[in-house]
Amino acid sequence: MAELPVIDYERITTVHKTPLEEFYTSGHRTCQGCESAMVMRDFSKAAGPRTIATGSTGCMYVANTSYQTTPWIIPWMHTQLGAAGASAVGTSAGLRALMRKGKIPKEKINVITFCGDLGGGDMGLSGISGALQTDLDLLIILYDNESAANTDIQATGLTTYGAQTTFTPPGKKHRIMQRRWKKNVAPMLAVGHPTCRYVATACATYPQLDFLNKVRKALNVGGPTFIHTFDPCPKGWDYHPRYSHELGELGIRSGIFPLYEIIDGKISYTYDPHKKGRVPVRDYLMKQGRFAHLIDEDIDYIQGMVDTMWDEWEIPGVAPFKSELQLASN
Amino acid sequence: MARIKEDIKEEFEVWEKEDLLNGCQAVSHGVRLADVDVIAAYPIRPYTEVMDVLSKIIADGELDAEYIIADSEHSQFEIVKHASSVGARAFAGSSGTGWMYGFEALVVTATDRLPPLFLVGNRALDDPGAFGVEHNDAMAVRDMGWLLCWVTTAQEALEHVLIGYRVAEDKRVRMPMGLAMDGAFLTHSQHMVQMPTKEAVERFLPVYDLGKRRLHPDNPISIAPQVNEDWVMELRRQNWEAARRAKKVIVEAYQEFNGIFGPRYSSPFFTEFMTGDAEAVMIGLGALAMPARTAVRRLREQGQKVGYVNLRWFRPFPTQELRECLGRFKAVGVIDRDFAHGSPDSGGILLHEIRSCLYPLEDRPNIINFITGLGGRDVSIDDCIRMYDLTLQAKDGEVEDEFVTWIGVRE
Repeated sequence: MAELPVIDYERITTVHKTPLEEFYTSGHRTCQGCESAMVMRDFSKAAGPRTIATGSTGCMYVANTSYQTTPWIIPWMHTQLGAAGASAVGTSAGLRALMRKGKIPKEKINVITFCGDLGGGDMGLSGISGALQTDLDLLIILYDNESAANTDIQATGLTTYGAQTTFTPPGKKHRIMQRRWKKNVAPMLAVGHPTCRYVATACATYPQLDFLNKVRKALNVGGPTFIHTFDPCPKGWDYHPRYSHELGELGIRSGIFPLYEIIDGKISYTYDPHKKGRVPVRDYLMKQGRFAHLIDEDIDYIQGMVDTMWDEWEIPGVAPFKSELQLASN
Repeated sequence: MARIKEDIKEEFEVWEKEDLLNGCQAVSHGVRLADVDVIAAYPIRPYTEVMDVLSKIIADGELDAEYIIADSEHSQFEIVKHASSVGARAFAGSSGTGWMYGFEALVVTATDRLPPLFLVGNRALDDPGAFGVEHNDAMAVRDMGWLLCWVTTAQEALEHVLIGYRVAEDKRVRMPMGLAMDGAFLTHSQHMVQMPTKEAVERFLPVYDLGKRRLHPDNPISIAPQVNEDWVMELRRQNWEAARRAKKVIVEAYQEFNGIFGPRYSSPFFTEFMTGDAEAVMIGLGALAMPARTAVRRLREQGQKVGYVNLRWFRPFPTQELRECLGRFKAVGVIDRDFAHGSPDSGGILLHEIRSCLYPLEDRPNIINFITGLGGRDVSIDDCIRMYDLTLQAKDGEVEDEFVTWIGVRE
């Protein structure tokens, strides 16, 4: 939308410069310590009032928007579980056509869509891929609390290996029912969509202000963009709500959830374990009831996988290639 | 032809040219003339040619629209649903299993009360694979709060894009519009089509205005929150009321259409052919009308009092109108190009609708049912004559318990 005026967002450098206005406010009934609610609050705060949000089915639908008590100050519309990408495309394309044809005033309106790990990482992948191939301005936020959190805490393709969920209970014969390694969604999308200029991972509370700025950066870069957030969930992960921020930080610092952004193909680490080190994943896992059934052997396996991510992958923490492949010279 | 619109007192051309077009091409020109804003495409035969033609129309600058090639039918339908929510006139379509793949999105488009228009190029559902026509695909949305009509010629197809948007977008209605046409027999058969002028279309089709339901930062509403048992019944009731109001809006639309474009439609909901003194008629949807009408002519030459009722609107169902029409005859043969396995009469979908519609009549015609033409099998004039023979037999005798006949099936 080159002809449209651009909202040039400033980087938020200190907490004092965080906008005071709230666009996600009272009216929701999310749990105490809900980090996905932080994602909602922060993305709308960072984007401001000239924004349309759509959200696919998930806990940020069911817990947020009970009829007559919507928390959304910005316009918001529900979309189906697997339709996050398509909802962003439809909304953005509709606005662009109407503005181009003079049917509504020309202005920059942000289109931001959010989806959970089940809706975005599993069912909706194809639609998100389609959205990232367009030339439309849209931002898709995958809020990842590692389960179908409003449906009973069922495992998704993004649930951590070994976690107990209602689909993956430890039993007398099988201690571990969640045997899938977490799907590597953000790099998959970055690798697969070379014209998508901004892909990032984030945590709403660590490092401070990082997520707010990543939302602004995505909106400034323009085109279709994607952010994957890491959201500790007291209900699903089984810990006291007061530890939500701490678990987010431990997830990043243990290296189990890599934090980076990819702008025009260039990767920069928001938290670089090679410089800042990694705490053992045990410190992160053992604070959560969902891993209480794990034995040393399991924790060693997870630690080994995380070590491999950071020490052996060609792009550490991002791309699981280990090849020394070179083009043949002739 | 020039027409004078009384209240405007201004002369304008109504038709600009005549072209040889197939059903898909005709619909694409309807979309062009309706100045659609967002189009979402995904390929599946046979509807897909409409998207081929539209992409060229856009490439040539004859229509300014966003043309999105979606990753699936589900995305395709969600894209037009959301485009529609911000006030864009939107178009999509599909056939057969593609239509079913996006079914979830089709349901929410209706429950969100949004009015995009969809072309359904009717196709048999898999398995086994078949490109040919069957009506079960479009029929699947019949209870979901959709407008649903079948057209018989390419001219009607073009005109029903315009009529469809007008009815669907009316604030008394606001329901998605399914424009169904028989795969191959209409999507890909050519007819001479008169092209309306842009000016005449603008007179007929108002600008799409969602009013206070438009999603925009200036109108920061929340659409489709979770309501549970507290409100679902009231919302379903609103869908129900809209579906009932739609009939009046449809009648108005045809009156206005005839006023601008000439007396093209004698009745909005169905067209009667040689029914004046008929004793036995058949009723069906879509391109079946072609062999059926030829059969009627031949039988009339032999002195048989037969006629054909070509049903156009299936949702809303023209209950009262059909009751008055069909109540005049001694026997009605219902042709179904669809199936309803395990249904009350083990017949087709249309049969059950017609039986239900005629039940309150004290002096009901005898009703029999034919299932035919499935998967695109040709329904010949001879097939139609055989069906008329059976319907004529039914007019005098008692209808037996088994009154469903499969026509054209290998036994």
